[in-house]
Amino acid sequence: MAGNGEQPRYFLIWFILFVLTLAEVGYAFLSLPKWILATGLIIMAVWKALLVALYYMHLRWEPKRLWILAASPLPLAVILVVAVLTEF
Amino acid sequence: MSHAAAATADRHPMPGMMIYNVKLGMWIFLLSEVMFFTGLIGSYIILRFAHPEHFADPGQVLNVPLTAFNTFVLICSSVTMVKAYAAITQDDQKGLRFWLLMTILLGTFFVGVQVFEYIKLAEEGFVPVVEMYGVGHELAGGPLYGATFYAMTGFHGTHVTIGVLCMWFVLYRAWQGKYSKDNYGAVEIIGLYWHFVDLVWILLFTIVYLI
Repeated sequence: MAGNGEQPRYFLIWFILFVLTLAEVGYAFLSLPKWILATGLIIMAVWKALLVALYYMHLRWEPKRLWILAASPLPLAVILVVAVLTEF
Repeated sequence: MSHAAAATADRHPMPGMMIYNVKLGMWIFLLSEVMFFTGLIGSYIILRFAHPEHFADPGQVLNVPLTAFNTFVLICSSVTMVKAYAAITQDDQKGLRFWLLMTILLGTFFVGVQVFEYIKLAEEGFVPVVEMYGVGHELAGGPLYGATFYAMTGFHGTHVTIGVLCMWFVLYRAWQGKYSKDNYGAVEIIGLYWHFVDLVWILLFTIVYLI
């Protein structure tokens, strides 16, 4: 929840998400090595996901302990994928 | 406990997590959803690494510009959802109903475009069934690609559909004037779910359509 009755700039976030989506699609079709493309695209996707979580899901104004709760499955997700990937 | 008292108790910060119980419940559900989608996306990543011959560049098979537009539609639905939430925190009943309806329309449009995309892909021979794959077509990739693609996007589309159905219920209640600036828990909860579904699509779109 936005503190002190102040409303976050929802349309500004929307505009940044729109620009980042355009940037992603444009960047994806550049003739660059695959790993550079993948790294750049993942950075932009994580950036967008963070904007949604922080501003639209109001995580930015939530208690810190909810942050910890929200982040708790992320290491598990990484372990799941990396553990199986190394089996191949 | 009267209805009003129960509603107030629901929203009061609780010891421990310092958020009301229903909201904590939704957050915990969403965290389980993170692992659900990790299973699906993780399988796709692992299979693509292990068997690259069964996969193709997404641009060769999938309609990237159409889905980029659809991604934009879902992002728009997130801003309309958060505007509905902002409206009811100010006791703006008309704004709540308007923005909820816009979210429902955008969500329905998103699912409609996805169904249209599925029909087009199936016509081209891109299906999740081994026997039917690429019949009479020279299609890049293999059945593993189709299976993982439809599993990921299909489960996401199902989540959007469930979100739209729940939002009709919230809109119905909004029309009855059940929400106010002191009682907007349901709008916040459905909003959390909706933004999470948007967040998952942002990652799915990048991993499935762009990389």
